[in-house]
Amino acid sequence: MTLTGSTRTLTAVTGSSRRRRSTNRSLERSNISDSDLSRASTRFTFRVIVGVVVALLVVVSAGPLLWLAKSAVSTTQDILRDPFALWPSGIQWQNLADAWNQIQIGRFTANSLIITSGEVVVAVFSAVTLGYVLAVLRPKYGPVLNAAIMATLFIPGVISLIPLYLTVIDLGLLDSYAALWLTNGVSAFNVLIMKQYFQTIPRELFEAATVDGAGPLRILWSIVLPMARPIIGVVALLAFVASWKDFLWPLLALPSPDKQPLSVGLATVAPQADLAVLMAGMFIAVLIPIAVFAIFQKQFLTGAGSAGALKG
Amino acid sequence: MTSVTSPPLVTPVAAGEEAVPPAPRRRRPLLRRGGISTALILLPAVVLFALFSWWPILRGLVIAFQKTNLITTSWIGIENFQRVLADPLLGQALANTALYAGLALLIGFPVPIFFAVMLAEMRRSRRISSFLVFLPTVIPPVVSILLWQVFYDPSTRGLFNSILGAVGIDPLPWLQSPSTAMLSIVLVATWGAFGSTTIIYLATVLSIDTQLYEAAEIDGAGIFRRIWHITLPQMRGTILLLLLLQLIGTFQVFTEPFLLTGGGPNNSTVTLLMLIYRYAFIYGNFGQAAALSLMLAAALSVFAAIYLWLSRKWSK
Repeated sequence: MTLTGSTRTLTAVTGSSRRRRSTNRSLERSNISDSDLSRASTRFTFRVIVGVVVALLVVVSAGPLLWLAKSAVSTTQDILRDPFALWPSGIQWQNLADAWNQIQIGRFTANSLIITSGEVVVAVFSAVTLGYVLAVLRPKYGPVLNAAIMATLFIPGVISLIPLYLTVIDLGLLDSYAALWLTNGVSAFNVLIMKQYFQTIPRELFEAATVDGAGPLRILWSIVLPMARPIIGVVALLAFVASWKDFLWPLLALPSPDKQPLSVGLATVAPQADLAVLMAGMFIAVLIPIAVFAIFQKQFLTGAGSAGALKG
Repeated sequence: MTSVTSPPLVTPVAAGEEAVPPAPRRRRPLLRRGGISTALILLPAVVLFALFSWWPILRGLVIAFQKTNLITTSWIGIENFQRVLADPLLGQALANTALYAGLALLIGFPVPIFFAVMLAEMRRSRRISSFLVFLPTVIPPVVSILLWQVFYDPSTRGLFNSILGAVGIDPLPWLQSPSTAMLSIVLVATWGAFGSTTIIYLATVLSIDTQLYEAAEIDGAGIFRRIWHITLPQMRGTILLLLLLQLIGTFQVFTEPFLLTGGGPNNSTVTLLMLIYRYAFIYGNFGQAAALSLMLAAALSVFAAIYLWLSRKWSK
């Protein structure tokens, strides 16, 4: 069961181009077939290579984070003197409390949560409404609107950095959370995957609802939203991680240190902070995204895989 | 309503098209045209796109030709561009950015393809492997940067240097020397980025029609010949897309050099985006920053154009 689970979700959302696979593919093969694996030498080599790759991934991907976890409860001297030793001076739990209070990781975490939740709400709202109108209601001006939104995917982001900053100043939003909520919520990519998902809902459902007298809002609320729950989850998670990772824009848009999120806050306190306390703060900062990823792994991988939807 | 006009076996869709007005409620063709309510649903999101996406792009074209101190604004023609081009640091920043993009391509581009092809073959271990592959992607760059800064400790006790020491290699200065600083930056960035590209490739590899493999196997092609003649050619479109997206992304690199080296040592890691940042937020010269942004965006649009042209050509 587990081995097919992740592949199936990878294909579930992205729709048309992948659909043919489910009919043709025997789930147990990709390049290497069962008959290849029936040869003992091939099977042995295959297992060794898979083992090496998994071990490599553990070291490369999880290694630095495990080291961070270790250092979060070490003394600064231990971290610097012997980076591979396990707590020669004992485990320093108070690092975590020091980080939370002294270098204000607590406040930065709260700020990050405020910023991220707002951005997620705006991202989901704008992707759902635009995706619904473009994929389902299809007004006459739909193609123009669609082109205007999708064009922003191909225009390099650097061009709007300075003017966006000036626009935020003009609107009086500088140093307010709205400067992040509203600006980061607009994403053509989210609109694209939402639209593609809505296009897979059978149109008969909407026609039938119209016949029953349901208006566009009613159809959105009672038919589309309940069916779109998986893709809304994907967009929400993508927006969450993007927001949690964002650095340059919050650095510019929120000059007040007491409003800044973890990413900016950590970079600001890093030069003066005690190394062990900083490590504890960084550890706290990654706990939430790692926990969310561990819980919603399927949705994350679906969302990440669907970037291929840009193709063609 | 359907009972009035249509025979029982005809679907409501067909009934709607044939129906003539006398139906009790007038059927507005909501699903085709959209009236006031469609516009109302659209309005908030369109306003956001207009204010924070379309308008800034257009405004970027305008302020590149202006001088502003946030209170008064005046047109100054191409002076901003002349100043950018006269900046002695521009050539260095361009070379650094190109070096970064080149190294990131060399180191970072093959890695996700390799992992995707491997993960596609995995059976029981694919779940845990995809978790591990994607894990660095959810880590905020600021955290990985601060963490790797410790790993890059140039003394012999530094984490990376003690690993090198264990295999008999002399310690490297990492971020402290102009010759290794950019490489160090590329390594951090690659660590943070390879996961999401791997997952995109994986989706592509898993969508390859397995009949192709079966046919090749019957023809006697071995595993590696199948990778070379089937897997990689089938990934062509995605490889092109991600190649161009990576180039567009790496030419706009900012956070890693900004936090790891601040552009040093000896300006060896100043990138174009850091130059834009300095113009705007250190020297307060927004027009000059916008001019450089515009030139960079125009150059990068070439990549986007190449992509659109090639993908159209291939899909024929």
